[in-house]
Amino acid sequence: MSMKISTRQVDGVTILDCSGRITLGEGSIVLRDNVSQLLAKGQKKILLNLGEINYIDSSGIGELVTAFTTVRKQGGELKLLNLTKKVHDLLQITKLYTVFDVKDEEAAAVKSFN
Amino acid sequence: MTNHRLSYTLDSTLETVENAEQTATRIAADAGFDDDEVMRIAMAVREAAVNAVLHGNGYDPQKKVTLNFECNSDDLVITIRDQGGGLDMNKIPDPLSPENLLKSSGRGIFLIRSFMDEVHIQPSQTGTEIKLVKHVHGNAVDGKEASP
Repeated sequence: MSMKISTRQVDGVTILDCSGRITLGEGSIVLRDNVSQLLAKGQKKILLNLGEINYIDSSGIGELVTAFTTVRKQGGELKLLNLTKKVHDLLQITKLYTVFDVKDEEAAAVKSFN
Repeated sequence: MTNHRLSYTLDSTLETVENAEQTATRIAADAGFDDDEVMRIAMAVREAAVNAVLHGNGYDPQKKVTLNFECNSDDLVITIRDQGGGLDMNKIPDPLSPENLLKSSGRGIFLIRSFMDEVHIQPSQTGTEIKLVKHVHGNAVDGKEASP
């Protein structure tokens, strides 16, 4: 299953509900394009809901890092929500878990941007 | 435990990466590894296949990727060979070092080493061969005949 993203706004925060796989090729490109479009529209508070992401490879991890640094360079914030165990474990072993701001509950995550 | 071996050659495409991952998933499951181990083995194979297709062969349609899966009562051994210029072992970064932590690439070999029991990389001027070994730990069951 390739990656799909749907977008919604909650209290000034853009939530990207992601599902499928973030891998080399289409999955990484879909994420990159969505984040770029949000930044172009000035939407710099971004919450990536990864609750339905069932697989991510090293390219996908790299894409998350790129999204994080790109948003930060433009004065915004990108946070992660609802990590599956697989994604959580990958971020742990790559030492990225402490780099990202990871949230477990949507309302608290939205509130944390303000 | 039925010994089985599967070897085939594919083009340097993303389809080859998917094929390698799916084949690894099936063979590892047939060998009796649990779901978490199957996922780790399949991811290691995927990362090695990405290296072969992308970094080794550079998507060159003239260059092929050869995959070999071999399973016996002791080990699952997967060998992936490309026809690139040979991986420079001195250029493999440590993705955990602070200066590399926020880089967008360079985690593939690290993940492979994290997930497999043994990793042997043999670069040469005619390509790179990476051999991945996972010990069966005595929990394997009779496998099914493998097919590409």
